[in-house]
Order: sequence, then C-alpha cells, then structure tokens
Amino acid sequence: MARLRNVSFSTVMLVIGLLFLYIPMVILIIYSFNSSRLVTVWAGFSTRWYLELLRDQQLLSAVWMSLRIAFYSATMAVCIGTLAAFVMTRFSRFRGRTMLSSMITAPLVMPEVITGLSLLLLFVHMAQIIGWPADRGMVTIWIAHTTFCSAYVAVVVSSRLRELDMSIEEAALDLGATPFKTFFLITIPVITPALIAGWLLAFTLSLDDLVIASFVSGPGASTLPMVVFSSVRLGVSPKINALATLIILAVSLVAFIAWYMMRRAEEKRRKPLPDGE
Amino acid sequence: MISQQKIVERLRRLIPSGRMIVFSIPFIWLLLFFLMPFALVLKISFSNAVIAIPPYQPVFTYINDTITLVLNLGNYLFLASDSLYVEAYWGSIKIATMATILCLLIGYPMAYAMARAPLQLQLVLLLLIMLPSWTSFLIRVYAWMGILSNQGLLNNFLLWLGVIKEPLRIMNTNIAVIIGIVYAYLPFMILPLYANLTKMDMSLIEAASDLGSRKINTFWRITLPLSKGGIIAGSMLVFIPAVGEFVIPELLGGPNTLMIGKVLWEEFFNNRDWPVASALAVVMLGLLIIPIIFFHRAQAKELEKNG
Repeated sequence: MARLRNVSFSTVMLVIGLLFLYIPMVILIIYSFNSSRLVTVWAGFSTRWYLELLRDQQLLSAVWMSLRIAFYSATMAVCIGTLAAFVMTRFSRFRGRTMLSSMITAPLVMPEVITGLSLLLLFVHMAQIIGWPADRGMVTIWIAHTTFCSAYVAVVVSSRLRELDMSIEEAALDLGATPFKTFFLITIPVITPALIAGWLLAFTLSLDDLVIASFVSGPGASTLPMVVFSSVRLGVSPKINALATLIILAVSLVAFIAWYMMRRAEEKRRKPLPDGE
Repeated sequence: MISQQKIVERLRRLIPSGRMIVFSIPFIWLLLFFLMPFALVLKISFSNAVIAIPPYQPVFTYINDTITLVLNLGNYLFLASDSLYVEAYWGSIKIATMATILCLLIGYPMAYAMARAPLQLQLVLLLLIMLPSWTSFLIRVYAWMGILSNQGLLNNFLLWLGVIKEPLRIMNTNIAVIIGIVYAYLPFMILPLYANLTKMDMSLIEAASDLGSRKINTFWRITLPLSKGGIIAGSMLVFIPAVGEFVIPELLGGPNTLMIGKVLWEEFFNNRDWPVASALAVVMLGLLIIPIIFFHRAQAKELEKNG
C-alpha cells in the first residue's frame, strides 16, 4: 500500500504536469476557430482567421524568410557542430580543448540579449574595418543562428559519438583506410540519426528565435517571430491563434513521424535477422 | 619493411595537419562569432554615447602617430548610481530563482515517474515533454496572455466556480512572469533530470530496501544525492536564461516588473544608448559567470558518465 501511494504521487504529478503543458496549447487551438475578434468570448465556429492569415502578405514573406534562414542555419550548424563533437570525443588531450568545450556549452545557457548585443557589435566593427557586412539582414541572422545552433548540434551528436563502439572505426583505420575515409564511410553513416535529430533541433531553434534576430537584423529583414511579436505586443489576436495552430500541427506531425520511425527501428532490431541479411 | 615504416612515419606526420583542420573549423568559428564579440561588448561599455552611426565614440583613437585609449567609467558609475538598474538585477535574480525552484518541484517528480515508466511508454512521454519546446516559444508565452488577463479564461472559470467574487489581477504582475517562465522552461528542467534518473543504478535502491530502509528514507539518502548532477544541470538551464529573459517580462509583466533583459532591450532599442546596454550586459555576465561554470562542470560530468 505504501509502495502504491509512493508511485502514484510522482505519476499524479506527471499527469498534472502534462496537463499544465498542454491545456494552454489546446485553448489556443480552440480559440483559433472562434468567429469573434475577442479571444476570451466564444461566438461560434469559423475559419475566417485562417483565411485572413493566408491573405497577410507581410506575414507570408516573413514565413518564407524564416524558413530559408532556418534551413541554411541548420545545415551549417550540423557541419560545425558535428566537427566540434568529433574533436571533443575522438581527439585525446590537445591544446585548446577546455576552451572549445566551454565555447560549446556556454551558448546553451547564455541569455539571448547578451548574445544578440555582442554579435551586433561584432558586425558593426567588421563593417567598419573590412567593409563587410555592409548591411545587416539575412546573412547576419544566418551567422548568428548558426553559432548558437552548432552548440545544440554538438551536444546531440557528441552524446551519440560517446556511446558508439569505437572498435569499428579502429578496425577501418587498422585495415588501412585514411582517417578521412573512415570518417565519411564509417562514422557518418552510423551517426546519421543523430545528425537528423540535430538538424531538426537547429531548424526549430532558428525558426523560433526572436531576440538575437532582432539585434542582428537590419531594416527590411523581418523574420516570422519579429512579425508575430510586433502583433502580440498590441494584445491578443485570433490570427496569431490560427498561426499557432498551424505551427503546433506541423510540429506534431513531424514528431509523430519521428516516433513511428524510431519504433519501427526498435522493432526491427528486436526481431531475429531474416535469411539473406 | 623499412620502407613501409617510413610510409607509416610520414603518414603519422601528415595526420596532425588533418587534425588541425578538423579542429580549427569549429574553433575559429566559435572564437570569431562567440568569444570575440564579448571583448567588443566590454570595449563599448567603456565608450561614450553619441548621436552618430554607430552611436558611440571610439575607445581607441590614432592621431599623429599616437594611440589614445579613453576608458570612460561613467557607464558603470551610472548603473551603480541609478537604483533602477540595481533593482532590475535584483528583480531578475529573485524571479529567476523562484521560477527555478518551482520548475524543480514540478519537474523532479515528473522526471522520476518517466524514468520508472515502461520502456515503450518512456519514449512517448519524452516526446510529449519535448514537443511543446519545439513549437514557438513566443506563441507559448502568448497563450498565457489570453488565460491570465482580467477577463481571461482563468478568471472567468474561477468566477463561474464561485471561488472568487472579483477577477484576480494576475496579468502584468511578477506572478504572471513566474508562471510564464515555469511554463516555457519546464522541459529544460525535466530532460537532464530524466537522463540522469534513467541511468541510475537500481540495485543500490533495491539494496537499501532489502536492508529495511523506508521508501522516503531511500529517496532522500540515495536517489536524491545520486541525481545531483541532473539537478544542477537542469536548474542552471532554467536559471541562467531566465535571468536575462526579455520576451516573458515584456508580454506578461507589467510596469512594476523590473528585469534586466527588458531594461537592456529598452536601453538599446528605445534609448539607443549602446554603451549603457553594453555595460548592463557586462555586469549581467559577471553575475552569471559562476552559474555558467557550474553548468559547464555538471554538463561535462554527465557526458563523461555516458561514455
């Protein structure tokens, strides 16, 4: 009986915690179908906010801008983050190791206002000294996002590299493969799931960032969070609810696919090997 | 044989250069775009604000073959003299501490229940915890604007229940900010705790109960001390960004909510006083450097345990 009570306390907390996490999102979704402009009064079912969303040219171009920046940032962050993770896990002691590992973990917790301000000052100085970047916009946001996203990618990839069996890589090296070849033919294929996970994480982080992008962006370059923020600042608007619903839907879909694929991979691993494989 | 040894020798000598390239790409990128900018923040914090583009006076000047270095301590003296800034730092730390403690109190039992759940269910629960953090942060904070306002859903619900007679004023107070931070950062508390608790050696707990230790006793004396690394990592992942938080105090807080991230934003964007904003950032970083080192150590230890 005592055991049951003990187990149920944490389980009850888990259920309450999940409700706490999900109720606000469910409310957002419900009120996106409200026909009234007031978000707190229910006035009947309507999809008019979705139609208005599709007609909002400024918002749509911001979405396109954000998606492009997120794509490029995630791709670059996977390259840099993977190299950093590889160095951290496969190279034995070397000069600058502590410095590299601090520069990888610090961006995870660094307050965004500090990162944003410091990068802006860097871009201003660079423009003064080497004349580049002449105006701030997509490229500066891309650099800023790549920098903090690489840290997250490095954490995801290095935890995979650490649990990986190093004997395969050693065998390839012993058999005469160059380190370069070993990396691309052995290491990369084995850590592909972690690379995909890191890319997706970097993509969502870049898509989500408001503060750093606001600092390093120039006139004319507005990302989706910047447009949403300037609208939300004025108060609640059902159009934002409609946008939120679409974002939640897209993320849930990707998460469901990821879960399904992980489950299938798990089942495959458990099954005995079929003939011919 | 000898020739083969020579080849191996030569190859060995080649390897460091390959290693150097692999090492230097991430190193130089982070040095240039992460570490160096802090030096510039420090430099500009000693500058004077002027109406120009960019809006500060150069710290180094080179005229007639002489380099002049002008360090203006005025910004720091200004921060110390105006009680607004001191209160903003203090307010940030207070709010972040309370939010971190709440996250820990809610997140620990959740992570504990997850770690003890059947393996198939654990994956689903993990996805359910992480899913909200993959959607937009801004929109999750925005969701609370509709819930907490005076005519909001929470007040309407409580009035309908008859628990309260008049709507509660939660929106635009520090309580709303704390709720927002707990909501937004809870997943970051749960994940390291969960990672730590699943790896815990269950035989220790079994041994304790075999020896007649009560559940509560086992928890306080074995489970909790063993999960110290996860508690530190999770708390720092909440506390450090929460101190510098801008979006949550801006959207949920009121005029009385003084948080340093918001003050810095206003100095920079509204007053266009870059030197004061830089000085604010330098002091904030000085306050956070010890927690950041704590986090770094806990993170390194947790990762080593993995391998």
